[in-house]
Amino acid sequence: MLDTSKIGHQFPAFTAYVEKGQLRFFAKAIGETNPIYTDEAIAREAGYRSLPAPPTFAMALDMDGPELLPVLGFLKMDIARILHGSQEFEYLAAICAGDSITVTSQITDIFDKKGGALNFVVMENTYVNQDDVLVAKATSTLVQRNG
Amino acid sequence: MSKIEIGTEIPALELAPISRYTLALYAGASGDHNPIHIDSDFARKAGMPDVFAHGMLSMAYLGRMLTNWQPQAQLRKFGNRFAAITQLQDIITCSGKVVELLEQDGETLARCEIQATRADGDQTLIGEALVAIG
Repeated sequence: MLDTSKIGHQFPAFTAYVEKGQLRFFAKAIGETNPIYTDEAIAREAGYRSLPAPPTFAMALDMDGPELLPVLGFLKMDIARILHGSQEFEYLAAICAGDSITVTSQITDIFDKKGGALNFVVMENTYVNQDDVLVAKATSTLVQRNG
Repeated sequence: MSKIEIGTEIPALELAPISRYTLALYAGASGDHNPIHIDSDFARKAGMPDVFAHGMLSMAYLGRMLTNWQPQAQLRKFGNRFAAITQLQDIITCSGKVVELLEQDGETLARCEIQATRADGDQTLIGEALVAIG
């Protein structure tokens, strides 16, 4: 069992800067060919202030913090035994190139299944842009396999 | 576009087989540098047969299917659980359909069941999206 006294722990917030090159690389990596995600003129015609971030890009902002998945070290989890259990996003406004997004992350639940063979950690993240607009929320579950 | 109603199918998206190149690109672009997805030695030491795909890569494919269907600005919620690991060479197909229409905050939302499926029929991602349609 992971340390359930850590439920409620809030990690230090950090700010990630969204760059055009990063969004184009992300689009390439996921095979996205709609030019709205890579051609700024087309994005502007569609009403965006710059290139929009695709729906799952917020997770890439999480990785922009001081370390990869700080929860792993904090709960003494082993990256070799981690699987992603679930992920959910709620969208309130667009994330675009040029934005500075402040990411907050909190542990909201820790529990076991299968007699401790699987440890679950639930995290809730918020994404707030440079204008103090809450643009997205995310809930993710990480699973650690034991044995 | 024809009217969206219960039972309307989202045009499916079939992907190329998952390659090491795909995983390397996604690791770099997403910032998820977990070696289990890009370093075969590390993956084997962890008891896996080889490197395997990031769950978030398949979720991004589901996202592409959704935004191919309706503009991203209409996407309100999008979530899934990761039901099975996607291995190298797996061919993933994303699909979904509208299962409910509901009114919320003055707009009509289509609740869609969505999934990513391997060629053998096993579902790797199972989830749901809420899309504003008017």
